[in-house]
Amino acid sequence: MFRRLLLLGLLVLLLPMGLARAALTIEITEGVEAALPIAIVPFGVEGGALPEDISAIVAADLRRSGRFAPLPEKDLLARPHEKAQINFADWRALGVDDLVIGKVAVTGPGQYAIQFQLFDVFRAAQLTGFRFTSGVAELRNVAHQISDIIYEKLTGERGAFATRIAYVTASPVVNKVRTYALQVADADGYNPQTIMTSKQPVLSPAWSPDGTRLSYVSFENRRAQIFIQDIASGRRELIASYPGLNGAPAWSPDGRRLALTLSKDGNPEIYVLNLASKALLRLTSNPAIDTEPTWSPDGGTLVFTSDRGGRPQLYKMPANGGNAQRVTFEGEYNARGVFSPNGEKLAMVQGQGNSYRIAVLDLKTNTMSILTTRTLDESPSFSPNGSMIIYATNDNVHGELAAVSVDGRVHQRLVLQEGDVREAVWSPFGRPLEVQPTQP
Amino acid sequence: MKLFARLLLVALSAALLFGCASTTPKDGAAVESRDGAADGAGTSGAQQGGTSGDALNDPSSPLYKKIVYFDLDSSEVKQEDRATVSAHAKHLADNPEELVTLEGHADERGSREYNLALGERRGNAVRQLLMAEGASAKQIQVVSYGEEKPVDAGHEESSWSQNRRVEFVYSSR
Repeated sequence: MFRRLLLLGLLVLLLPMGLARAALTIEITEGVEAALPIAIVPFGVEGGALPEDISAIVAADLRRSGRFAPLPEKDLLARPHEKAQINFADWRALGVDDLVIGKVAVTGPGQYAIQFQLFDVFRAAQLTGFRFTSGVAELRNVAHQISDIIYEKLTGERGAFATRIAYVTASPVVNKVRTYALQVADADGYNPQTIMTSKQPVLSPAWSPDGTRLSYVSFENRRAQIFIQDIASGRRELIASYPGLNGAPAWSPDGRRLALTLSKDGNPEIYVLNLASKALLRLTSNPAIDTEPTWSPDGGTLVFTSDRGGRPQLYKMPANGGNAQRVTFEGEYNARGVFSPNGEKLAMVQGQGNSYRIAVLDLKTNTMSILTTRTLDESPSFSPNGSMIIYATNDNVHGELAAVSVDGRVHQRLVLQEGDVREAVWSPFGRPLEVQPTQP
Repeated sequence: MKLFARLLLVALSAALLFGCASTTPKDGAAVESRDGAADGAGTSGAQQGGTSGDALNDPSSPLYKKIVYFDLDSSEVKQEDRATVSAHAKHLADNPEELVTLEGHADERGSREYNLALGERRGNAVRQLLMAEGASAKQIQVVSYGEEKPVDAGHEESSWSQNRRVEFVYSSR
């Protein structure tokens, strides 16, 4: 017993130093029948060993999207690394539409040159190809960028593999104490980094539009306060600590303002804080609960949760003030709205009886679809390309994360080994690496 | 290489933060918290006593009960809890040096921030009653934890009904 406690103590100590690798594992639970067959040949390696298997990462990315069915490695007929080595007729016979080949050269200690080419098997023609140089730490990122390029070429939609997610973990309770952590990981669950830890709850993380900072709500001083933290330096600032609630921070698309919920004037109202001047603009004035503001991508409109009509529903209003109009009419309970990146959809938590699920309202057609099937689903967040929604769910034992495609056809589960994981938010697009086209 | 250095920085800053997350941040606005309690105080109000704590800790006193419960999405204090609230109001009115924090909580269903607001509304509902019966505004602080601190981790109504609550946590001036 003592040894177990000691071990737990050690784990708790190691956790914030980033030594414990509690990686999220992502599995696809439901895919698309018409997934595109593609062959991804293991990349050739010249001049040494590689710490990461680039082609395997690319295959996993594409498979996880649910839109591609990479050929199992054992079914590959040949392992070409250059166009001259490809016999297109063989690949046609295997029934794959597209073929990815590539090679990696070790150019120095921890230095790599990576190139890949994507071919249309039927036309025997190169669709795209690029060359990258990279250090060890960027290798996985290079793989994700290759996935992004292939995905965009073949689907016409920008890929979101080279992005990150931020999420909150809560450890199992040890001696009545839980450790909460705000973490950031690659979108495939690798490279988890602890951004902050606390013995008190942490919630509502939100990315700055440039992806360099996170705002969040922390109870570390025994009440809800809003912080903004720079991810790279760890430097942070206490942004809101008014009497009462300080919650639901949401960055304006230009990154200069933060919409938030304050109850300093008696009950929860929506405010907009100018981050440079610290000027506060109060937007709502209603004896009901008004909270969870979210900005339209053009910055002109705020959608928020309000129970002014009885149960919580979504309302919208001009971002610089004005009248609020009700947006949702279907479902007993609608809360925590979030705009899709193109502003055409709103994802939300919809409650009906004892079931709380992720729903999407198409703002053009005014049709609502329910995308998830469990009973405790919450906090939806769009991938920056708008194709997937990540959300928190519960398997009756643990809080875990899941993702669903906006059309409801692809379902993924993200599993953390221990404790609860919740409130995932998808980062904006990252800065692309410098690349050179590869000649056909 | 640059990225590695950045990752290292992140790890280091995380380690630093871990060391100070529970202390009062130096920059930014002032911390309004009145209790200023450090970690470990817990939320189990039933076990905490105040200065005149005899009645508060006496199982035969109406003050012994320090939790009131709520219906789903409701902040109305139930009839059956009115006597408890009245006893605490009288205790506060009779003992002006006593301070109480009303910790509002919600069950896990629905969104976290709405539940944070709901927990505050429950705390405020109890606060109103306490003040109507003689307690002073200066004696009462409301803190909502929303759904973040359930007393029962289950996922059915028997657990949820235990979690929709306001706890009286006493401290003295």
